[in-house]
Formats: sequence, C-alpha cells, structure tokens
Amino acid sequence: MKYSGFKVIKEALTGHKGWKPVWRTPKPKKEYDVIIVGGGGHGLATAYYLAKEFGITNIAVLEKGWIGSGNVGRNTTIVRSNYLLPGNEPFYEFSMKLWENLEQDFNYNAMVSQRGILNLFHNDAGRDAYARRGNSMMLAGADAVLLDQEGVRKMYPCLDFENARFPIKGGLLQPRGGTVRHDAVAWGYARGADNHGVDIIQNCEVTGMNIENGVCTGVETSQGSIKAKKVAVCVAGSSSRVMSMAGMRLPIESHVLQAFVSEGLKPILPGVVTFGAGHFYVSQSDKGGLVFGGDIDGYNTYAQRGNLPVVEDVCEGGMALMPMIGRARLLRMWGGVMDMSMDGSPFIDKTHINGLYFNGGWCYGGFKATPASGWCYAHLLAKDEPHPVATEYRLDRFRRGAMLDEKGVGAQPNLH
Amino acid sequence: MIINHPLLGPRDAAEFVYKGDASLINRPDWQADDAAELFHEYLYLRDNPAGEHRELWYHEQGDRSWLIVTRNTLTHDISKVEFARDVALAERSKK
Amino acid sequence: MNQINRIDGGLINRSNKLNFNFNGQSLEGYEGDTLASALLANGHRMVGRSFKYHRPRGIFSAGSEEPNALVQLRTGAYQEPNTRATVTELFHGLEATSQNHRGSLKYDLMAVNDLFSSFLSAGFYYKTFMWPKAFWEKFYEPVIRAAAGLGRLSGEDDPDIYDKGFLHCDVLVVGAGAAGLSAALSAGRAGARVIVMDEDFCMGGRLNVETLSVDDKSGSEWATQALAELSAMGNVRLMTRTTAYGAYDHGIVGALERVTDHLISSEKKPRQILWRVYTKRTILCAGATERPIAFGNNDRPGVMLAGAVRAYVNRWGALPGKRVAVFTNNDDGWRTATDLAAKGVEITAVIDSRDGQPPVDVPKGAAIVMGGRIVDTKGRHGIRSFTLSNGQQIPADCLAVSGGWSPNVQLTCHQRGRPTWREDIAAFVPGGELPQGMSVAGAASGNLSLSSVLLNGHDIGNSVVSDLGFTPSKVKSSSSEEETTGISAFWHVRESKVRAWLDLQNDVTVKDVKLSHQEGFRSVEHLKRYTTLGMATDQGKTANIPALAVMAECTGKSLPETGTTIFRPPYTPVAIGALAGRARGKDFRPSRLSPSHSWAEEQGAVFVEADMWYRAQWFPRTGETHWRQSVDREVTQTRASVGVCDVTTLGKIDVQGRDAAEFLNKVYANAFAKLPVGKVRYGIMLREDGIMMDDGTSARFAENHFVMTTTTANAVSVFRHMEFCRQCLWPEMDVHLISSTEQYAQFAVAGPNARKLLQKVVDSDHDISNEAFPFMACGEITICGGVPARLFRISFSGELAYEIAVPTRYGDSLVRTLMAAGEEFDVTPYGTESLGVMRIEKGHAAGNELNGQTTARDLGMGRMVSKKKDSIGNTLSERDGLNLENGLSLVGFRPVNRSEELKAGSHFITKGNTANMANDEGWMSSVAFSPNLGHSIGLGFIKRGSERMGEVVLATDPIRGGEMDVEIVSAHFIDPEGERLRG
Repeated sequence: MKYSGFKVIKEALTGHKGWKPVWRTPKPKKEYDVIIVGGGGHGLATAYYLAKEFGITNIAVLEKGWIGSGNVGRNTTIVRSNYLLPGNEPFYEFSMKLWENLEQDFNYNAMVSQRGILNLFHNDAGRDAYARRGNSMMLAGADAVLLDQEGVRKMYPCLDFENARFPIKGGLLQPRGGTVRHDAVAWGYARGADNHGVDIIQNCEVTGMNIENGVCTGVETSQGSIKAKKVAVCVAGSSSRVMSMAGMRLPIESHVLQAFVSEGLKPILPGVVTFGAGHFYVSQSDKGGLVFGGDIDGYNTYAQRGNLPVVEDVCEGGMALMPMIGRARLLRMWGGVMDMSMDGSPFIDKTHINGLYFNGGWCYGGFKATPASGWCYAHLLAKDEPHPVATEYRLDRFRRGAMLDEKGVGAQPNLH
Repeated sequence: MIINHPLLGPRDAAEFVYKGDASLINRPDWQADDAAELFHEYLYLRDNPAGEHRELWYHEQGDRSWLIVTRNTLTHDISKVEFARDVALAERSKK
Repeated sequence: MNQINRIDGGLINRSNKLNFNFNGQSLEGYEGDTLASALLANGHRMVGRSFKYHRPRGIFSAGSEEPNALVQLRTGAYQEPNTRATVTELFHGLEATSQNHRGSLKYDLMAVNDLFSSFLSAGFYYKTFMWPKAFWEKFYEPVIRAAAGLGRLSGEDDPDIYDKGFLHCDVLVVGAGAAGLSAALSAGRAGARVIVMDEDFCMGGRLNVETLSVDDKSGSEWATQALAELSAMGNVRLMTRTTAYGAYDHGIVGALERVTDHLISSEKKPRQILWRVYTKRTILCAGATERPIAFGNNDRPGVMLAGAVRAYVNRWGALPGKRVAVFTNNDDGWRTATDLAAKGVEITAVIDSRDGQPPVDVPKGAAIVMGGRIVDTKGRHGIRSFTLSNGQQIPADCLAVSGGWSPNVQLTCHQRGRPTWREDIAAFVPGGELPQGMSVAGAASGNLSLSSVLLNGHDIGNSVVSDLGFTPSKVKSSSSEEETTGISAFWHVRESKVRAWLDLQNDVTVKDVKLSHQEGFRSVEHLKRYTTLGMATDQGKTANIPALAVMAECTGKSLPETGTTIFRPPYTPVAIGALAGRARGKDFRPSRLSPSHSWAEEQGAVFVEADMWYRAQWFPRTGETHWRQSVDREVTQTRASVGVCDVTTLGKIDVQGRDAAEFLNKVYANAFAKLPVGKVRYGIMLREDGIMMDDGTSARFAENHFVMTTTTANAVSVFRHMEFCRQCLWPEMDVHLISSTEQYAQFAVAGPNARKLLQKVVDSDHDISNEAFPFMACGEITICGGVPARLFRISFSGELAYEIAVPTRYGDSLVRTLMAAGEEFDVTPYGTESLGVMRIEKGHAAGNELNGQTTARDLGMGRMVSKKKDSIGNTLSERDGLNLENGLSLVGFRPVNRSEELKAGSHFITKGNTANMANDEGWMSSVAFSPNLGHSIGLGFIKRGSERMGEVVLATDPIRGGEMDVEIVSAHFIDPEGERLRG
C-alpha cells in the first residue's frame, strides 16, 4: 500500500477501513539467509537495505520486545554529520544524505527536519577546535558555518549573553543537521522491509547462538531455534549480553543516558543547540515539547532509568544557557542503555566466528547513524567486505592502535 | 545512589567518580611475552555483565579513597564496598 | 452576576475575598479557592481548547490529574504556561488567560480543525506531506509547528530564584489524606523522625471533600485534629504544597515544594525548593485517581469526574452546574448524586452501566437508569443534554462521570516495579519490586473504602516503625462507617456513533485506538507513540487505563495481559528552573580566583575563564585600545627585560614517601628515579593507551619528597589518576600524595632581568646565581626576610626564568613586592595571551596540542618514552597504529606571505593536491602573532612533518573561506639553542 495525501483523504471519507497493519506478524520460518538480531532502528534499516539494495530478502528481524523499543524510540531525535576524524566524518555524511532522501525512499513521513544544529563555544581553544572540525566537515563534502557571537545572537536571542559564567563566543553551525521523528524511523524501515518480504518477529528473544566448528549456524530463541547462513547482531545496549552467548568479550560497556521532554510550548527554539560549557543540548519538537539531554549517568547499568544528580546537572546546563526555560516544566524523563565503546566510535564488522557479524558501540550517537549503519551493515553482510565509508569500524582497531577517539578521552567509555 | 563507604558511612554517589570494572586493578606484567595482547585485553575488553558487577569508584569529594563496589547493574543494589587498596594488596599476597 | 454558582459550606474563608482576572474579566473568589473552584463559582465552564481539534474544554477534575483546565498564569517574564487551574491556589491579583486558540476562547479560528477531524486521524501525518520533497520543511512543518504547543514562554529570563535542599528522616509519608495521616500518626507517636508531604495547600486529601465521618467527626475535622497532633510532635515535619515527584535508587525521593506560587510575588524568596530526601522508609499514601468512561462527545465542558463534582460542592461550595446528572459504573459515583441532592442541587438522572438495583437511596426527582448507556451529548460550549442508547434525551449542564478509581501507583513503578491487576476493584495496584524502603497504604494500595484506608495507614505506619526498631504506640486506629464500593468494569459505550474521547488534552479517541490496532500498533508503547495517548501534560492520568481497556478489547486479551506503559518521573511536571536551583548565570559553576586576582583587578586586567579559574588574560595600559597592543607589549617587554605571570592555577601535587621516586618513574614515561635532589625535570605522562595525558615538571626537594606540577586543565584528573596508581596498581609502595594547588601561590618571573629582580626579594643567604642555581635547579628558600618559598629555575617562555611559590596567603603581597622591586627594570605583568604567544614562539605544546589524541611521538618527544622501565602507557604506545611511518609530527609554520595571518584549525594539503578529506595531512593547532619576528607563526601537526622542513604546503580553511601557502619550519621560533634560558 502506498501512502499519500490522496490515500489519507480517501480513507477519511470511507471510515478508515482500508488501512492495513504497517508490518505483518509472521511466525518464524525454520531457516533464513540472514537473521538480524535486534529490531531497533539499525536492525530494521539493515533489513530494509539488504532487501532493497542488495537483493537479499529471505531475512528475519528478531526483536525481544516490540520493534523500536530500544534507543531508536528513546533518543533526542538529533541528526547531524559534524564529526572531526576522517574515519568518521564520511560515514556520518553518507548517513545525512540518506536522511535527506529517506521519506521518499521508504514512503513514510519521518519528519526529517533540517533545522540546523549549533554547537556553541566559549573560548578561543573551543573556536580553534570547531574551526578544525568544521574544515574537516567541509573537506568531506558536508556543510558547516562558523558563527561569531553576533551570529549566534541573531539565531538565538534568548540565550544568556549578558550574565553567563562561560560567555558564548560563537558556534559551529551545521545547517543541514536537525531532527527526525524517531519512532517513525523504526516504523518506516519496518514497513519498507516488510514490503520486501522481510519477516519482523516481535517478542522473540535470542537465548543462544548455535556455533559449530567456528561457524555460526543459527540462533536459539524464545520461539524456537532458527537456522541462518548469517547472523547479524545489532542490539546496542545489549551487545555484551548477546555476544557473550558466542563467547566474545567486547570493547563496550553499557551505560544509561537520560533524556527529557518539557510540556508542549508554542515555538520558541528554531533548531538544535548544544552548550559548550556544560552538558546540555535541546531542540523543540513539532508538538512543542523541549526535547533535551546531557551527559550519561556514568556507571555501568542495564536499567533504562537514571538518577537525580544528572537530571539536575542537565537542567543546570539548560538554565545557564537559556534562563528563559525556568518556568517551563519538565514533563517526562527516561533512560536508554548505551553501548559505550572504548573510543566513542562504533563497530560494523565480521567476527572471528564465520557467519557471525556485529554492529554496535554507537554510544549515544546511534540515531543519526541509523541509515548509514543499516546500509553499511547490509553491504558487509551481502559482500563480506566493509563499505568504503565504514572501513575503520573494525573490532581489532584497539589491538592495532587505530582508535577513533573524537573527544580524546581514551579508553574510558563513560567519558565519551 | 548511596555508597556505604567503609569508613565514612553512607555517602551520595554524586561525591564519587566512577572508573569502571574492578579488573583494572590487575595491570599486566609489562615484561610478559604476550604483554601487548595482555594490555589490550586489560584496557579494552570488558565482561560488562547484566547483574553483579565489581567496579571502581573514587571518593573525590571525600577521603580520596578508591573503592571497589559490588553493584547489580540491573537493580543497582549494592552488596559490598571495599577499599581497592586492601583488595589489591590481598591479591598480591595470593600471588 | 458575581459568584453565581457559589453555595453554602466548604473550607473557604468567606471573610477574605480575593479579586482575580481571567481572560481580562475581573472576578471574585475566596481564600481557600483554587482557580478552578473560583471559575466554577463564577459560572465559567469553558476554560480552554484541546490540542489538536481545538474543541472547547472545561474543568474536568479537582486535582493534579487535570487534562483540560490549563491556563497561562501571570504575565510578562513571570508568565507560566500550561498551569493547571485545579491546583492553582487563588491569590489576590491573580491573572490568567486561556490557551491554544486564535481569536477569542469562544470563537477560536483553529476550531476549523475539528471539521476536518476525520482527515486528522491517529498518525495521519506519517502517511502524507512527503511531496514535493522540499515542502515538508518549507510549508507543512511550519504550519504544524505554528499550531503546536499549548502555552507560551515569555522568552525572557526567569526572574525567580530557586533553591535546593536535602532532607533526612526515618519515614517519609507521601500524601496526607486519611491513609497518610494515619500512617504519620503511627510513625510519629512511635518517635520516628517523620516527614509528611502533600501536594495540596490544605492537608487531608479526600477527607476534605467527602461527607464521610471519622470517629464521629466530619472527615475534615478529624484531619484538622490529626494535623494538630502531628504538628505538636517535635519529630514530625509537615510539608504542604510539596509533591514527591520521583523515587530513585536506594530509597532517595525527589520532592518539589512550591514556596511562593500562591503569592502575588515571591519577594526575593525562592519560588520553589527542590528537595532530595534521604529516608529509611517511604510510605506512599498517594490516594487514587478517578477515571472517566468514554462515550460520544464526552469532552464537552460540564462533563466532569464525579468525585471532582462533589469536591467542588463539598470543599469549595462551588457548583459545577445547576442540573446535574451522573453516569457511573460503581457505587462511589452515586455519592455525587446523594451529596449534591443533600445540598439541594437538582439531579436530573443517574445512569448506571450496571444492571440491577440502585446501591443507595435514589435522590428525589432523578431519573434512574440501570444498565444505561450514554451515547452522545449536546451543547456547543458546554453540555446541555445527553442522549441514552434508547434515544432518550436528558437535560444536564453538568454530567458527573465515574469509571472507578485507579490507585496512584506511579512512584512504585519509577524503578523496576510493575503494577498488578485486581479484578474486584477493576484497577492496577502496586506489584512487586517496589523502590527500596517503600510501602504503600490506603487507596494507593487498592483500599478504596475510608474505613479500610484508615486502618491500613495505621497498621503500615506501625509495621514500618517497628521494622526500624521503634516501639509502636498502643493507640488504636481511627474508624469510619462502612460504605459500599461495588464496581463492574465498564470503559466505553460501544453504541456511540460519534467520537468518544480518551485523552482529552491530546484529542485521542476510541476510534484512534482502534485504528492503531488495525494498523498493527498493538503493544502498549506503540499505541502511546502512534496516537500520542498519555503524552500530554497530565501524562494520561485519567486516560491511560480506559484506552488500554479499549486496546485489550481489540486484541481479545485481558487488560493485565495488555499491560501498562511504564510510569516515569516526574509524578507531576517540575519547573526546569527548580531542577537547576541556583546554578545559573555567574553561579552556574564555582569561580576559582588566584591569589593575585584583586591585584590584577586593580591593574585593570581582562580575565578569561580557564575551567573554573578566572585568569588574567592581558593587562591593558592607558592608550592601548586593542588587545594585541597589550599582548605585543607584554611579550616584548618580557623578552627585553622581565615579566611576571601568575601560574598558581597549574596543578601542584606533593609526592612523599620512600618510594616517591620509583612511583614517579612509573607514572611518567621518561626516567625520574635518578633525578638528583635540588633538580627539576620536565616529565610527560601517558594514559595507559599510550596517548599523551599531561606534561609538567617534578622537582626533587629531598630524597623522599617531590613537588609535581600539572597543566591547569588536568590538575584534577592527573591527581585522581595518580591516586588510582598508588592505591590500586602499586599498593605496596610507600608513597603519599596531596594536592597543594590551593596552598601555594606561584608566579613565573621571566626575562633577561629575571634573576636581578628576584635577587632583590630573595633573602641574601640564598645564592641564586647561575652557578649556584643553574637551569632546572630547585630549592626551598626564604624571601623578604624569612617568608618561606620554593624556587624553580624552569622556563615556559624560553627566557631566563624562574617560578617562585609561596604559601597562598603571601601571594598577593608577593606580586605587589615583585612589581615594586621590578620598577627599575620596567617589569610588566603578563597574562595568558602573552604566555601563549611566548610558548608558541618557543615551540612548547599546550592544551591545543595535548588534546588527548596525540602521542609523544607526534609531539616530537617519542624518544623520551623510556623502554627500559615499566610506566603507564609504555606498552600500548608501541602499537603499530601509533607509530605509522607517515604519522603526524608537531612542527612550526609560517605564512609564505609574511603579512598573512595563520588560522588555527586550518588543514594542510600538499601543494597541487585537491583539498578534500582523502588528501588531508594534518591541522594547525595554535597560532599567534610573534612581535619578535613580526609575523604570524603557528604550531601544527602534519604527516612526516619533521622530514619536511622548508616545504610549502597549502593551509586550507574553507569554513572561514581562506587558504594560504605556509612553510614548514622548526617549532622553535626563538632561541632554538636554548641559550637564553641557561643564561
């Protein structure tokens, strides 16, 4: 079924009787060419691109809960490609280009909104670092603008320019950055994959890996054992848990990142702003809520909830940056479990076990990577070699000393 | 969270700085034949368990002691708090 | 027509009349009113518009669950959007306006949305607005955004202040209704430290709104008496206007106290206080919330919760309507009819969805319909009548609806708890895995009759305190008459042909839930996300359970199988300002000031934030109009004669013990064990991954005593790291560390006349001649006639230089002394800018180079990493990826055209190559104008840089639209042989 304004009008006039489930509810088959473990954004995108771009359609996506229940449904919806390192920036720019054509591609309005993302700096060293990064972005074909204080003030007059502890000196703007309606990304990919014949199986938890003589032949699940030529794991915060079933230890820790939304307000913030002297970033959703977040709680956890000190720290950052939000009320806070890697960058790689593939380590930056992660993982699964923009995302890079450490904080996941 | 410091009693976790898995106190021998691989595993690979986790916390806004806290990563319940130095010394005497 | 709907009775103070203003209309109410009760008393039924369809909305509830009656409270910078009128305490001079309409509240232009409602079904926007591609951002989205939100922020800084505090107690009682007061009495009488919190300004909960009696007194009299007893106890603290909004790990509870929200002005007092409560036990007595029943056009003003209707009548003497009808599926709903009838209000009908006999005596004159169904209502701006499934029309200007009561289990679920279903009361009650230390009592635990609530609160209070080791008092529980609480689950009227609302604020109807099911969004979370159910400011407190019941009906599963969405903090929305407290503006973070700060201020210094420190950036002199003039002068003067710079902010760590030398040998990558006493050495510290962590110096003052300096930025993290090394890695070493950053004031004295200047202040028994105190010497000396000091012959500027440290209390006088003594040498103070210029001239790395991504090898110090010993980072620094043949190296740069200005952050491209990422060879990390060389100079990293001296490369800077040819040169622009610093 094709979605369109015409279809919406037709259905409205005929009592909405013609709408079909957005994805089927199939029973798992005995065997698939590819099993994707994890029905989040990345898993569903992988299935979609495998089917659509690489012609592999005998695929199951196994999701232990409901699709989109992980980080794709609990992030702060920001998309951007404002990275520094040559191992990262081309990948994220590839992702940004996929975002820009996503809705027409999968015929679902995910509300990709390129409202601009502005990273503020507060001193000369910050400006130098952002100039370096902005130049990296431009050398990779992305867009970037370096604003001075006046430039920032013109865009966001409501920031604290007069009385700040760390005065705003300027910012790095990526006009093409912005926000996307996060749930719709999962649903759109699910719908697209389902249309290509992919089986999306919810409430199907993987409980074991079948590995014989160094070859992965399938998985055990809460709905029985399923064979596969290739098993592609893509489970974000649960990476260590699932890969331990294959006897692997990963360069990953699981941490909680909290996110927050205020009550609905009439529009006051045009784009995404990040504070450079504290942990706070914010945008305003189409419904009017201020969607904001900050630092991770900082301790290993698998609980999708955080604690008060970080809530307060984030709100302190918010009030330091834009004291006008004091009278807006925080409506909901929640948490997502992040697969924090040892250098803050992800993995899309084969493992030493034949037929077993791994995608993870996205830290708190997985959402914006969703299309490229899906595409590159599909490329790896289909061709057994990394996509050209994802060649650095190897599991052995720490052994080789080829870290991709954007923040320069070293092998401590909670600092990334 | 509240960490029950062995000397100072219950203290808010916000007074502490977190480092990670307590295995970080077992630094490999730099002269071992496979030192490079041992250091790689030591620094980069983690069990990251869903359940009981022994981990390092530093009482930065307190007495500056490093503690090993045994905490459940699903419930956040803390079952044990020790001085990391005591644990490290005990492990040495075992060797 | 003032207060036309005010009747006798209630807990309002009629002797204190309060004037207020709603939508420009002056109205009157009384002390004790809420804005909602006052509006009702004045006959206002319509108070706002819904989110999507802009349907008229009236007051629906009498508490914090209110989905409808949201107003913009106050004006100007004080305006506060989405404020629930039902919990807004009336004050004299209150100003409020309705929200979410274009044009007047009555004639909202956006109400046109309602006509198109069938096109605006759940999730319609995911299916359209995709063509043409550019139209989403240019047209559709702006239109949607313009319609978004309800209330409005002023855009001005929040003028109020907020405080934070900590509370400690044995027992925290959340909610001061019948259960909470009983529990608090038990706990308080046993001697426990008790805190009782209630969100209302008047404690007592539903005791204040029901006509039930306790111990032969009216409920509110009993509450007053209980409160009097509690407030007389020294161990009990009563906190009104305080909401426990979240339960966190290890029993910590977050609470918000609204201190001045009920006053016209906060008068410099904190508006609200955020409390973090550390309690051994929490007794949750949060009561229950009534649910509606969904039926056709059930959203009109005048359709209200039954319990709210009698609350307005009983507590506030405010009549929601003159002709009231009741629609209920339970016995409690009938109470509204009997209470109102007793006040002489006309009851037009009682419709009970259950078959059988009326559970109580029927009010006179009311039509009684058992097994009845309401299918529709009429009335444009408020209900006038309703229609039953048999076609009968019954007039009513207020329809009181009760679908039963849901225990307020939210706080029990803030961690791992999931509620469980109780069929007999058709409600979810707290399940297992409650937050640490939490018990639940009263209606919140599913006890819905007053007599059981009182007893339950009493018993749980006693059991909690006896767990804590207190002896419970022997006083018996208060008691109340028995009441009937029968209920038969009934969620929505299937016979309704028109839209039946579930979520009143977000306009989610029964049809939307069915469509969600039809399209496969069947999991509770999918339902919520697809339809926006329960995502409005009320968090679906009244909407969620009925909607889940509709979904359960669609899937053919039971309600508990369908599950609930996860409850998350906060229980009710919390102002962001309160969560931030005082940490805003200049108080966002602490300010660290160096000992010479006041002196520098006197000199007119310009300060810069360096982490928490304020450091003098430069010292403008009269006539200097541009910072460069000051900096050029400071640099020139220092290099020509002498300058003084405060370097107190560098981290200082005292290292002592028998193994101090060996310890430093392990934390530094270069050798330290054999450093002689009286000498300083430059050291580089790696992280375990082999990347540069920090650099600095360590001075050996005695065999077992070193003084280390770190960079300002890493002072804290280096100290933490060294404590980790000491306690966890090498616990057998005899070494002790203490940070002395704040104990010593330290100044760099640099320039050819540095020694001459210092000789004037150093006591004469200390020889600091070049022979006695050569480059890299250190010593403990005295100055100015006996003041203890430490002297280091080290140089960051490349000049003959010293750093002199004195106990902090002498810092201010030392800088004044140095400046006075230096007058004959034309001494200049210099700030961080000049410090930066001189270190770049000298080729020293600083923060821009030590950025956590570079190795010692990149910095040209690879050979310093000793391979003969174990040190942090040594092993992993040998990995191939950190030792690439075409790896980066730090070199100097100068523009080929000397008049051009280098730009930090530009990237290097080999001449002739296209400027793109594949050809990117490095970046410029630091630049400065060198007044000594007369042109711009820079430091930067470029592949194989050290082998490329003299090569001209392109420095491209597309973000500032520039590019220029630059020449690779030695990083040592000044005195490459180091003669000056040894002189």
